[in-house]
Amino acid sequence: MKAAAFDYVKPKVLHDALSLLAEAGGDAQLIAGGQTLLATLNMRLSEPSILIDITDLAELKGITLVGDQLRIGALVTHTEIEDSELIAKHAPLLKAAAPHIAHRAIRNLGTWGGSLAYGDPAAEWPACSLAMRATMIIQGPSGERRISAKDFFIDLYTTSLEPDEILVATEMPIATSGAVFYFHELARRHGDYAVVGLAAVAQKQGDILSNCAFTFFSVSSKPVMAIKAQDLVNGKKLDEESIGKAVLAAREEIEAMADLTNSEQVKEHLIGVLLERGLKHMLA
Amino acid sequence: MSLKKQISMTVNGILVNAEIEPRKHLVDFLREDLHLKGPHLGCEQGACGACTVKVNGQIIRGCLFLAVQANGAAVETIEGLTKSGALADLQESFMRRNAMQCGFCSSGMLLAAAELIEKQPKATREQVREWISGNYCRCTGYHSIVDAIIDVLEARAKGQKIKPVVAHV
Repeated sequence: MKAAAFDYVKPKVLHDALSLLAEAGGDAQLIAGGQTLLATLNMRLSEPSILIDITDLAELKGITLVGDQLRIGALVTHTEIEDSELIAKHAPLLKAAAPHIAHRAIRNLGTWGGSLAYGDPAAEWPACSLAMRATMIIQGPSGERRISAKDFFIDLYTTSLEPDEILVATEMPIATSGAVFYFHELARRHGDYAVVGLAAVAQKQGDILSNCAFTFFSVSSKPVMAIKAQDLVNGKKLDEESIGKAVLAAREEIEAMADLTNSEQVKEHLIGVLLERGLKHMLA
Repeated sequence: MSLKKQISMTVNGILVNAEIEPRKHLVDFLREDLHLKGPHLGCEQGACGACTVKVNGQIIRGCLFLAVQANGAAVETIEGLTKSGALADLQESFMRRNAMQCGFCSSGMLLAAAELIEKQPKATREQVREWISGNYCRCTGYHSIVDAIIDVLEARAKGQKIKPVVAHV
């Protein structure tokens, strides 16, 4: 199908983009990579009156190290994350996750910020930002505000972003020595949305993991942390028995939602499968 | 309010100026306005990869990119890349391996394969399969396409060319 008619503007500075957004009063749609938006426009699932192209905004670009924080601009593409040496060194979880996002032609345009702001529960970046304890940096009419990933994702495609706000960048603590991670998603075909996915990070000392974050995606209406499983693992010597307990806890605490082809029971089972693999991988 | 926008871009090295509606995506612009029929329109929702073209040196989905977004960009299609010889050994290899049947996916498949060879010159068979998973082929079953790409990777690693199937006069 073809998109319905809309107007298009490409502001040069953030201030102008915010003004345009405010003027449009909820009838505008921001476009960055457009890799979800264009499909929905083509299918007429969304019909904004105006697109505000934010790809010229310098404040939203680049991957930089700010002290012990890694700043990733909202306009950074999946491919830039996949190919970045800074990411490989300081946030290897993201490098591992990037190739799982769709296909290269889509990764060349799709953006970090777009994926976070869209809040798809099956997407990789919301789960990774949660596991990496990222902070979202948001600009609105009244200035900048910051909110943790934990509080940013509210529900299905729903974040704390207001219609007159723009996600500018994120900051996350860089991986320190002893940091381990695991990323995997089970999908029917490479590049498809995951049936279940896990983004996990921890600190490792011998066979003890601490400061764990186990974030599952494609299981519920937003990415979810397996907090009880994390508590069972944190600071304790891990063996077959304790791994088994953590797996059980994760299966119990996450209320899996069925999708078109996979039942709650399948998802619940796979949550455990991934956690067991992840724990063994991080201990190895 | 006029919804038409002035745009300017290079397409296969030639400067193009046009006035278009913002809603027109890049493949419709290339096919309908510029009569470049190499990029194909399959699903129009980013799933099939038949519309793959290059913008500023990278492959993209032409149906998920507006022509107005390409304002100021360098666009390349199978037509230009064939003429420049950039895809010559891949195209020879596709012929040698019979890596096409109806040809609908071929232009997208060749552009995707070319970026793989550029970015991952040591790609394994598994990595080739992963990379082209974004391009649907409903004829070949993919094996001959993977074989053709592997042949080019191996030939390049040895500094060799793929020998033409048909002698060019």
